Amino acid sequence: MKAYLLFALKRFIQLLAVIFAGCSIAFVVSHLSPISPVESIIGRVSGQSSYSPEAIASLRATLTELFGLNVPLHEQYFNFLRRLVSFDFGPSLLAFPRPAMQLVMLALPWTFGLLTVSTLLTWLLGNIAGGLAGYYQNSRALKALGIVAIGLQPIPYYIVAFLMVIIFGFLWPVLPISGGFAMNVRPAFTPEFIFSILHYSILPAASLTIVGIGTWFLGMRALVSNIVTEDYVTFAELGGVGRNRIAFSYVIRNAMVPQLTSLAMTLGGIFSGTIITEQVFGYPGLGSLLVTAVNGGDSATTLAVSCIAVIAVASAIFIIDLVHPLIDPRVRTE
Amino acid sequence: MFAVLRDLVRYNVEFTIGAILVAVIVIFACLSFFSPVDPTQVYLAIPDQPPGAQYWFGSNSRGQDMFWQLSFAFRNTLTFGLTVALLSRIISIAVGLAAGYLGGWVDRVLMFINDIFVAIPIFPILILFYFVMRSNLNGFTLALVMACFGWPYDARLIRSVTLGLRHREFTRQAVFAGMSPAKIMLEEHLPYVMPIIFATTMANMIWSIGLEVTLAVLGFTNINIPTVGTTLYWANNHSAMVVGVWWWILIPVIIVVLLFIGLFLLAVSLNEYIDPRSRLRRMGA
Repeated sequence: MKAYLLFALKRFIQLLAVIFAGCSIAFVVSHLSPISPVESIIGRVSGQSSYSPEAIASLRATLTELFGLNVPLHEQYFNFLRRLVSFDFGPSLLAFPRPAMQLVMLALPWTFGLLTVSTLLTWLLGNIAGGLAGYYQNSRALKALGIVAIGLQPIPYYIVAFLMVIIFGFLWPVLPISGGFAMNVRPAFTPEFIFSILHYSILPAASLTIVGIGTWFLGMRALVSNIVTEDYVTFAELGGVGRNRIAFSYVIRNAMVPQLTSLAMTLGGIFSGTIITEQVFGYPGLGSLLVTAVNGGDSATTLAVSCIAVIAVASAIFIIDLVHPLIDPRVRTE
Repeated sequence: MFAVLRDLVRYNVEFTIGAILVAVIVIFACLSFFSPVDPTQVYLAIPDQPPGAQYWFGSNSRGQDMFWQLSFAFRNTLTFGLTVALLSRIISIAVGLAAGYLGGWVDRVLMFINDIFVAIPIFPILILFYFVMRSNLNGFTLALVMACFGWPYDARLIRSVTLGLRHREFTRQAVFAGMSPAKIMLEEHLPYVMPIIFATTMANMIWSIGLEVTLAVLGFTNINIPTVGTTLYWANNHSAMVVGVWWWILIPVIIVVLLFIGLFLLAVSLNEYIDPRSRLRRMGA
């Protein structure tokens, strides 16, 4: 138990370091900008009607203070870190004066739900199919699945999503291709609303699954075809243990462990894919918010989404790392 | 070197297919050097012509001959992918060799940084870069930024190989012969790591080109430079699928998918070749 706590503590320090580094990079990048957010608001306001120079000067002073730009850069950075603890990123430009964090909190559940379901589904399906394909190497169906996986795997995500929109939007319109839920359903905790959410999430989730499944399938098949040659598998076969039992509790269980580690390592990439999914399918999540914010020149929201993305991905990796010893006893004893 | 290539072609169908696919696309991209048209100009050809004798790949709604347009697009995309791969290889080789050979606190510090970079989601950061630089974001800057994020997986891989090399006889002899650590890493260990570097270069190119396409499709790069992504961006911008100009989207998609499959097959077959067990199984020994 003590070893586990020490391990958890180490991982926690790493989590803090990742969040610190990621948010710092985001801060530095967003403050390289030659376009000042203050000037862009003033440009927008003064473009609509004419104001006296004094009014514009006082507006500029107020906005500079509001965005915290009236102090030197290193102080801005410390302010940013201090406010990061309470998730305060300042007011957004698009929905002024709503805090950027409020917009993020509205979008976060959509992304979180879509990502969790599709990632778990992809990981489990890919690994089980890959494990079976590695164990039953003569099965024709599984071999065919392997060829499909090799063909699908290198196709960039965007193209798959786009093809699905074309197929289900134009050629065979059976599924909704855009939005998070039906227009005529009131967002409330009712069966209709939940059903609508599920109905609208089929395509985005399916596209994420189709793209991701190949990697897990191929990785698992390679791992399992190595494990199959180990002595303990031969021994179990000679001992008369059932084939399916060997496949699931002897072979796949052992091969799951490295796959869990690589799940943690690819989460960042999976998150990138979600941004495209949301953009293609018009899903109201973090990705759509990020794209809207960038196009609208909203620096506070852009920074907020980036930081929340870093924090969310790092925390997910942290949780996977904590689960790891429970599955792999060898890590537990270390 | 030639013996390796000959073996690969003879015993590995995947390698041959991959090499042919990539070679054809590279030749296609190189044709742009002889292009009669300037890819940044619009309305030089009759718009919306389907593929035919005059315009082999058709022409788009912006009045551009798609054949030459795509040739430029693939040249830029390939150059981009190669730049990212080369730059990130330099970082991953330096980090991997140093962490693996020097060990101790150097290893711990480098791997700590490595783990941080693995965990940072790169896409929001890239979008932030676009947000800041807007159309000043040219291909090389983007490549540089992506190279700074594209090294950690491969650095870890190289480190794991070097860890094994460190305790080999020849390393000890080199140390006793008075070679400096830098020299041992570069002259003794680097050749062992080279095959992995080739294989990861392909994988890295798939990764960086995929990201570039994604960014460009959303309009988050300089959309006036023809690349595969910006071609798709303009096609979407003119609603090519709805209007019925299908070749504007379909042809670049097919070629880029072929490129990905080619690079993927090269990476997989090189990986197989590196592992002596799977190499021997394939050669039937």
